[in-house]
Amino acid sequence: MRDYFDETAGHLATLLRGDEVFTCTLSAEESDFVRFNHSRVRQAGTVTQRWLSVDLIERRRHAGGGLALSGDRDDDRARLAHLVGQLREQREHLPEDPYLLYATEIRSSERAGESRLPEGGAALAEIHRAAEAHDLVGIWAAGAIHAGFANSLGQRNWYTSHSFNLDWSLYLAGDKAVKCGYAGFVWENAAFERRMADAVEQLAVLAQPPRTIEPGRYRVYLAPAALDELAGLLGWGGFGLRAHRTKTTPLLRMVEEGARLHPSVHVSENTADGVAPEFQEAGFLRPPHVPLIEAGSYRECLVSPRSAIEYGAATNGASAGESPLSIEIGAGTLPSDRVLRELGTGLLISNLHYLNFSDRAACRTTGMTRFATFWVERGVIQAPVNVMRFDETIYRLLGENLVGLTAEQEMILDPLTYGGRSTRSARVPGALVDDFTFTL
Amino acid sequence: MHESVEQRFRGVAPAVDFWSLRLVEERNEEIAVRRGVVLPPQTSLDAGVMVTVADRGGIGYAATCDLTAAGLRRAAEQAVEWAHRSAHQSLLDATQLGAPAPRGEFETPVRIAWDSLPLRAKIDLLRRQSERLKPDSRIVDWGASLWYTEVDTAFWSSAGGQVRQRFRTLVPGLSATANAGSETQTRTFGGDAYARQGGLEILDDTGFHDAAPRVAAEALELVAAPDCPEGCMDLLLAPDQMILQIHESIGHPLELDRILGDERNYAGTSFVTLDMFGSYRYGSELLDVTFDPSNPQQLASYAFDDDGEPARKQFLIRRGILERPLGGRTSQRRAGLDGVANARATSWNRPPIDRMANLNLEPGGSTLAEMIAAVERGVYMQTNCSWSIDDSRNKFQFGCEWGRRIENGRLAGVVKKPNYRGVSATFWRSLAMVGDRATFDVLGTPYCGKGEPNQVIRVGHASPACLFRDVEVFGGA
Repeated sequence: MRDYFDETAGHLATLLRGDEVFTCTLSAEESDFVRFNHSRVRQAGTVTQRWLSVDLIERRRHAGGGLALSGDRDDDRARLAHLVGQLREQREHLPEDPYLLYATEIRSSERAGESRLPEGGAALAEIHRAAEAHDLVGIWAAGAIHAGFANSLGQRNWYTSHSFNLDWSLYLAGDKAVKCGYAGFVWENAAFERRMADAVEQLAVLAQPPRTIEPGRYRVYLAPAALDELAGLLGWGGFGLRAHRTKTTPLLRMVEEGARLHPSVHVSENTADGVAPEFQEAGFLRPPHVPLIEAGSYRECLVSPRSAIEYGAATNGASAGESPLSIEIGAGTLPSDRVLRELGTGLLISNLHYLNFSDRAACRTTGMTRFATFWVERGVIQAPVNVMRFDETIYRLLGENLVGLTAEQEMILDPLTYGGRSTRSARVPGALVDDFTFTL
Repeated sequence: MHESVEQRFRGVAPAVDFWSLRLVEERNEEIAVRRGVVLPPQTSLDAGVMVTVADRGGIGYAATCDLTAAGLRRAAEQAVEWAHRSAHQSLLDATQLGAPAPRGEFETPVRIAWDSLPLRAKIDLLRRQSERLKPDSRIVDWGASLWYTEVDTAFWSSAGGQVRQRFRTLVPGLSATANAGSETQTRTFGGDAYARQGGLEILDDTGFHDAAPRVAAEALELVAAPDCPEGCMDLLLAPDQMILQIHESIGHPLELDRILGDERNYAGTSFVTLDMFGSYRYGSELLDVTFDPSNPQQLASYAFDDDGEPARKQFLIRRGILERPLGGRTSQRRAGLDGVANARATSWNRPPIDRMANLNLEPGGSTLAEMIAAVERGVYMQTNCSWSIDDSRNKFQFGCEWGRRIENGRLAGVVKKPNYRGVSATFWRSLAMVGDRATFDVLGTPYCGKGEPNQVIRVGHASPACLFRDVEVFGGA
């Protein structure tokens, strides 16, 4: 795949005229997807896709395009020539782009892992065997993910990852279930079995009669997966320079009024420890770390090349969307094995669901509990809790009402597959929170 | 392209119990002006196939953008391999896939072709709108955009099926963001809801050319407005919020694959169960909801779904009683229920699953003035901007861009951050008045997410304005 990308980029260079410059990116994967319901296979297949994006630039005028590469050299070259012709024609009708910025300093890189994935059938047989006695629903996604960048100045960046992501739930009945995930690069039966055993143990607790709580304020423990949902919501405009300068960031009060979160809250874009490519679509490399929030105060923004020019800042290699790809919320000091004792009486929330802003400017969020949520009394789990809606500002949740973050973090590899398999990841602790507001 | 792909595939087609081949070619063009600056236009050309195979009791698929004979052969082999590998672990009996042999065509009617207006003229059009979106310095972000899509699909099957469908869609966008200190408010041209099938006539039909000054004025009005009042009161929803209400609390819970449990790990399950069809009171007697692929303007109109099933208008809910689910052929056979032709895939690289297509609330007999007059204390809300609902599609909370108080039968002041919450299972029973044709609008969204692997798909919704009694309404923090 890499050779083909290099060859295609080389051919693209031969299509240039005069002062033209190009940047291009490849996004490709060969993925097995096996979908399960009731521990049996609902849909199974393989998807092979290769997408090439091109920005054709002449001085400050440019137009962008993309096409699916068939892998047939002659066919792809013909379609690429057609696309370049189309972009060139479009460019003639365009004014100069005052915010155009692409990398001109050549910084090539390579991150290419070897596949250590099991043959498709092997892991499936193991999943089938372990799930036979249960109601398992979810998806197995595995295979190679490729990303590449090239420009006509000679920069080449390459990324290959061979990964798997088994994202599943074990259901007891109705909406009572335990959510699980096992993702990585080397499948280990023992690791999978441990996760299954933990889930089965939790199912036993879920079998107790559920409790319905009244709306009100409760002390809660948000497990890392639940906190990751909040981190994902904050990433929707929370940290991008464009959102800050257009006053649409949900963290507006931090920017405008100096509002602060709890001093123990540190948030960063931790590319160094993430699994996403370290380059972006204009050829800039991401620094290992970008501190976003430090000791509860807002620090830096994610800055795309376009925003860098528009707002007079330096880019830090953010993609156009300016959302974190490898977010980290720093660990706290609360040992995970003391969480129940410190929670005392309240709710243990394993997962949150369908978050959104109910007042964006105030960073007030709403969402649902989902999967394993338990009522805890004096540090002992009592019963599962029926789903509840919360409505709470981040300034209370991670500010005045934050009791503590766990000393241990979890690395969560994003299972989403919209368009292609995600390389987003999150490293987050759990959070103990007082007076968490449930409304429905 | 489609003839050559068909010929190549027939040359390498596997000897199996059943195969189907679905080709999707998609061209997208996006043009936008933001803060007065023309963004580089984006053009994309996608093409690929999905091969589905049923053999020896198993079902498998393979999708590829490699349309050479070798690429198609490899995909066919992979699909066969998956069918054999999963045969003994399959949830489905392979016969539940059926062996469809549909024949027919569909083409979006277009009055003014997208390509009839040169790029420069489209940019000039957006620039004019952009200028009108920035009446003063409190507008801190603004933009105008056009997103045009051509999707050509072809479906062949070993049983003799042959379908071609050509879709043309346009999504116009306008947005203005006003700021005052720590308050920011954004007003849009219906979000992305004016997404329709057709050509540039959509701009005339939806009032796009005249909307910018209103969008900007309302953003400015909102940023200075008081918060939405809090309490239990009447709620009048405009069509561009009704579509979200229909989508989340009728559409998703009626998807048969959710009810059968396929989505429990991701999108969720449903409070609706199989035994409810035919008898369950979903809403008041005023509630009539249809699956209607027949309105050519609407975003998800088609003649056949992606499993090759012919599509027609059918009632899902009639006079408040639940009649049928949103379930395609495979789900219908699994559940033993009648459904609709709604097995759809986002593109060539995903297998079909049960989706909404055009899901509409039929118009009633009340004028907007009559509905306003019937409210003693309430809020009129327009344009969704926040959506959240539980995994059984019951407890919801939605927010809108714009609200206006109703007091003693008259419209009163504008309010910002209008939100409301409720429970699907009871909310629709509080439907008290349904707007007439004059309040009815044909809308949709290009972004409905679901499925594993994930799929985002275009769905259409048409609705009149509707009045609900005794809803929990509230405002900002």
